[in-house]
Amino acid sequence: MRPVKARSKTSPMRLDRQDVADVARGCAFLGSGGGGDPHSAVLELDAMLANGDTIELIDAAALDDRTFLAGCGWIGAPTVSLEKLPTGREALQGLRKLEEITGRRVDAVFPVEVGGSNGLAALVLALRSGLPVVDCDGMGRAFPESQMVIFNVRGQSASPAILTDDKGTCVVVHTDDNVAEERLARAVAVTLGGNCHLIEYSAEGRQIKRNALHGTISDALAIGRGLRTARERHDDPFTGLFEALRGCQQFSHAGILFEGKIVDLQRETRKGFSVGRAVIDGFSAGGRLEIVFKNENLLASRDGIALAMVPDIITILDRETAETIVTERLKYGQRVKVVGACAPAPLRTPEALAVLGPAAFGFDDPYRPIESLNGWIV
Amino acid sequence: MRLGIDVGGTNTDAVLVAGRTVVASAKRPTTADVSGGIVAATREVLAAAGEKAPVIDCVMIGTTHFANAFVERKGLLEVAILRLAGASGESLPPMSGWPDDVKRSIGARSFQLPGGYEFDGRENTAFDERAVRIAARQIRRDRVDAVAISCVFAPINRSMEERAARIVAEEAPGVAVTISSAMGRIGFLERENATIMNAALARIGSHVIESFTAAFAAMGIHAPLYVSQNDGTLISADYAARFPVLTFGSGPTNSMRGAAFLTGLQDAIVMDVGGTTTDVGALVHGFPRESSIAADVGGVRTNFRMPDILSIGLGGGTRIRLDRSARTLRAGPDSVGYKLSEEALIFGGSTLTASDIAVKAGHASFGDPSRVQDLEPWVIQEALAQFRRTFEDAIDRVKTANADVPVVLVGGGHVLVEQHLAGASEVVRPEHAAVANAVGAAIAQVGGEIDRIVNYEKPGRAAILQSIEKEVTARAIAAGADPSTVRLVEVEEVFLSYLPGNTAQVRAKAVGDLASVSCAR
Repeated sequence: MRPVKARSKTSPMRLDRQDVADVARGCAFLGSGGGGDPHSAVLELDAMLANGDTIELIDAAALDDRTFLAGCGWIGAPTVSLEKLPTGREALQGLRKLEEITGRRVDAVFPVEVGGSNGLAALVLALRSGLPVVDCDGMGRAFPESQMVIFNVRGQSASPAILTDDKGTCVVVHTDDNVAEERLARAVAVTLGGNCHLIEYSAEGRQIKRNALHGTISDALAIGRGLRTARERHDDPFTGLFEALRGCQQFSHAGILFEGKIVDLQRETRKGFSVGRAVIDGFSAGGRLEIVFKNENLLASRDGIALAMVPDIITILDRETAETIVTERLKYGQRVKVVGACAPAPLRTPEALAVLGPAAFGFDDPYRPIESLNGWIV
Repeated sequence: MRLGIDVGGTNTDAVLVAGRTVVASAKRPTTADVSGGIVAATREVLAAAGEKAPVIDCVMIGTTHFANAFVERKGLLEVAILRLAGASGESLPPMSGWPDDVKRSIGARSFQLPGGYEFDGRENTAFDERAVRIAARQIRRDRVDAVAISCVFAPINRSMEERAARIVAEEAPGVAVTISSAMGRIGFLERENATIMNAALARIGSHVIESFTAAFAAMGIHAPLYVSQNDGTLISADYAARFPVLTFGSGPTNSMRGAAFLTGLQDAIVMDVGGTTTDVGALVHGFPRESSIAADVGGVRTNFRMPDILSIGLGGGTRIRLDRSARTLRAGPDSVGYKLSEEALIFGGSTLTASDIAVKAGHASFGDPSRVQDLEPWVIQEALAQFRRTFEDAIDRVKTANADVPVVLVGGGHVLVEQHLAGASEVVRPEHAAVANAVGAAIAQVGGEIDRIVNYEKPGRAAILQSIEKEVTARAIAAGADPSTVRLVEVEEVFLSYLPGNTAQVRAKAVGDLASVSCAR
């Protein structure tokens, strides 16, 4: 393994098998109802780490300006990825292609999207390539389209975007327009069977240090660890979840928005994306919560009054186990708790909200932060 | 008349059901050979029915035998796995995440072969007959007894799996073959896991079903034999012999369906109070609510649709520990289990159990009450209060809405439950509650199921859904349903996230009464 040109004041953090399972649990929560199930990535990582190997996690703030970093994740339908599993070579093939195109060696990798299964993609690539992972991402959650990312908001280019599939196909997209990159990449992914590995927003240390959302992988780790240890103590897992969230770098405002039973579910496709609405009837407190989702949960309103809106995180969890329930798995009769958490601050600027706020999803309501909608600020 | 049998870990129950009436019931200990207990319970129930000299039209058996065999790793065959997947899944070889002990007993001989489909039905890679043939010859040389075949997107198209199965049958005759499309459901690893488990159980499956058939034949009963599966519907005994894993979750389902039948309630909480634990579940429209979490059987993740059951550690055999000086006690979580009839005070033993409390409180009259004569009143009061809190908490956790709901008690330990519970609009103890599992088996229907990814672009959503409904209805009829009674019980449609276009995953299920007229009535 080559030395990494990153200088950290503290010794680097290393992720072991247990940590990876915790990160996965945290990523599922941060998916805000989307991003797919990290289970198969956990199995893959677990097998690779069984011999005691660990993954190096480096602090984004300590990145050397001249390092070259590859952003990675998967594009396509989580349902397809449940059936067509990876070969394990897709990511590395894309990484090598990036090095070939740019003529530069990659020093470390980072996830473009921490929410859902994509939060683990960088860990898989790190193990396959022997490179460290930068503790950061571009979304702090899951988003449906790849231009909905802080890197795009801050003017960083997605190109070259490199798609690779299970059959060794490799497609490179070059464009100055990050929205065009999303459209082209998604069309390629559909043509190649509905799920591809995607390297994009690769950049130098100085850009990632400035643009990325720092600490989101260690936040996911803390969230997953909080859930697990509470369960191990036979404590309420939600207590563990909120204790962890309070200590997070990016998600410190969080709380239960509602508790109840799913009494209505409607799904339809609109402009080529699945959209839906879940209605939850309250238990003791009464009332009714409505959640609008399009891949992820986007808007939660109680009796007509908004409680949380994108980009803030809205996650539906099993009321007993605190397992995240993704939008595809919502079912009539499920007893749930709906948890909200603030989005990282950089996603809440006017420039960011124009790209990934309520207006970008066709909602008329102006964005209002979750902590003021719920009176969480003292 | 229908004969319903439930083979549990401790008891084998039998019931005779005519129309909507339970004519007679019997309970006998389960025997190691299984069929001994079945014969004893059947003889007893026939004797109890007496002069009515019933003609048995069909026999329905619910059994946890196959699930237990897998959990206890008993009699598992060595399995070779043929994956038709191209390069897909090479990062996750078969049996990823399985416990080591079961991997060792099944062996992990696998072949990654060309084949598989894409979500839209295209071939992932072409089927390679020669590669399958070479693998099959290797399997024969290695004297492997069973083969599991799993193909990517087999629920969309099973033809590659069927071709591979034919080749294996040609090259390695006598080897038991399971194809993943018979296990249904999208989700490759979980479906493959079920396929491997099924292949490993192939010998037990055929042996046990043969012994069932022989046992009934010896009693002069030649009625068709059915076995209940996870969702409470029936499969023929021949089918169960080939697909034993389909019966894994039938126990709680049968008990809840039985509770619905015995009470006529469609929406209720069912508490099955056993010796060691109490299983609590919710009935919604007469069927158990399904769990949304992947079911883990013997440490292996599957995508079986199992009822959503909360299991709490309180039953008739639960051990009660006293601290007389502090006047406190602790119920459980451990239990004397099947040794209740030796270890409980009322049976002459030396362990204070939940059943002793129930007898002393006058809620039950079995064993020898004189042996609990000296139990102090505070012990009874405190123990009953703890039981009540535990049951009330379970009801609250399982309830789907805020309002009070009826609670149906089944299972022998129901004497631990008092008549008034917070959260319960009423507490119902139906007659024959102790044999609810067998009743659930006796009244079961047959069904068919489809899980598929479809594109609505052409010929359109309505036409596609219609053809799926037609196909699933045909599957129910093929499984033995009376066409006039078949109805669609579920059509679930979920559009694929993060994928433009009108592509959806559609799951449909149809059920109906058994076609044999006398059975259906």
